[in-house]
Amino acid sequence: METEYVLKLEHVSFRYEKENVLEDINLAVPKGAFLGIVGPNGSGKSTLFKCVLGLLKPQQGKIYLFGNPIETFKDWHRIGYVSQKANSFNTGFPATVYEVVASGLTAKRGMFRFFTKKDRQAVSEAIEAVGMSEFSQKNIGELSGGQQQRVFIARAIVSRPELLILDEPTVGVDIHHVQSFYDMLDELNRRLGITLILVTHDIGTITEKVTHVACLNKHLYFHGKAEEFDKLGEQRLSQFYGHSLQVLSHQH
Amino acid sequence: MIQEIWQYEFLRNAFIAGILIGFTAPLLGVFIVVRRLSLIADALSHVTLAGIAASLLLGKNFAYFANWNPLYAGMGFSVAGALFVEKLRSVYKHYQELAIPIILSGGIGLSVIFISLADGFNTDLFSYLFGSVSAVSRQDVWTVLAIACVVIGIVILLYKELFLLSFDEEYAMISGIRAKLIHFIFIVLVALVIAASMRIVGVLLISSLMTLPVAASIRIAKGFKQAIGYSILFGELSVIAGLLLSYQLDLAPGGTIVILAILILLIVIMWKKWKRG
Repeated sequence: METEYVLKLEHVSFRYEKENVLEDINLAVPKGAFLGIVGPNGSGKSTLFKCVLGLLKPQQGKIYLFGNPIETFKDWHRIGYVSQKANSFNTGFPATVYEVVASGLTAKRGMFRFFTKKDRQAVSEAIEAVGMSEFSQKNIGELSGGQQQRVFIARAIVSRPELLILDEPTVGVDIHHVQSFYDMLDELNRRLGITLILVTHDIGTITEKVTHVACLNKHLYFHGKAEEFDKLGEQRLSQFYGHSLQVLSHQH
Repeated sequence: MIQEIWQYEFLRNAFIAGILIGFTAPLLGVFIVVRRLSLIADALSHVTLAGIAASLLLGKNFAYFANWNPLYAGMGFSVAGALFVEKLRSVYKHYQELAIPIILSGGIGLSVIFISLADGFNTDLFSYLFGSVSAVSRQDVWTVLAIACVVIGIVILLYKELFLLSFDEEYAMISGIRAKLIHFIFIVLVALVIAASMRIVGVLLISSLMTLPVAASIRIAKGFKQAIGYSILFGELSVIAGLLLSYQLDLAPGGTIVILAILILLIVIMWKKWKRG
């Protein structure tokens, strides 16, 4: 059977004004994969995401989502997105965890339509999947950074996306909770079969969990299975990156 | 007092309009405050004043316009001002708050020109500045009622979109919501409510009816729906008590309503402090 690709990039280049940010990126993410994209700050990770989410239009190259060219892609509810929320979030916002998660169904339900009983059930399930049930009626601002990030993941998965994109989700999350956070992602990937793309500069933690790795620094330096990536060794890798790569020790 | 409300039509009009405004202004106010757009209401109210001044000027010089309700011109100006704010916000992407002083001073400038052309102030204009219990006509009540119905209907229909847009604009865009259209509809609603509130609270104090009840509400609300509920409760309390007081003591209703709203806010803040210990 032919491999089904959730996301495919062909020769994608992007530049702001005169500065090249992405150069000739080729990337293919098979269904069910857990891809970790690593790269130092300023390597174009966020730009890559913005291109994939349709917020920026690359000057060259093609992007396919679920086999459709991005220009004609309409089913955005098939994609979930979690940003580095802990940094930019308005903590005074008067909304409960439940309300925030339910807002993830807005686009799927469509304009002028109300949430159904089934929707409410989906919201409760998503909150449970991230282990936040007991906080469901709390205001989002009362939670810790890690808990908030779980809520945002619940919001992203409540519409049952087939692809979930996470942009440095552990920024601002208490170091002790990072491990259980990754365990939860692993669970989403295996149990619900959601394809995951995770961007991080914390390379140590991810190689244990991910199935595929891509190294980005303007160009794509490596793209393949996680086992192959491990074989490369850290020596070779730091050559790709210069000295800016942050290697954190594995915790076994 | 209650008997008098039924006895005198002007009082009845003021109360009906007041109750409708006490509901719609804080309802939209919740979205305005959480999106940090509080000052937009101020800017738009001054543009509305320009519209009203223009209408009074036209009415004075041309018999044809004399019977026009100034509220309509106010609404027209307010909506146009809202569109202009949006345009400016996209022109000055990195200085979005610049739109507000530009529109605000533009509104005042135009108002002053129209007022001086019309040979200065008169009582009619004074009532638009500070509100009036006696100036609300039956036609005003119908206009306010129509606006209230439109606003409440649209907020119910677009509730989940408005919530998402307020909570997380970036996510709203990514999830494929027609964010620009919904924002546009919202800002037009704000412009309409501002024009509608003009008669009761007056141009200088409208924004307070959109922000003060919300400021009190978000101190104690659990969740967004509760925040809306408390805001409307506080809004209605200040409008109804404010109108009663202003009638009894012969005060301008706008000022009375706003001072009551501030009192409620202070009580809520103190109560919250006391509860925490």
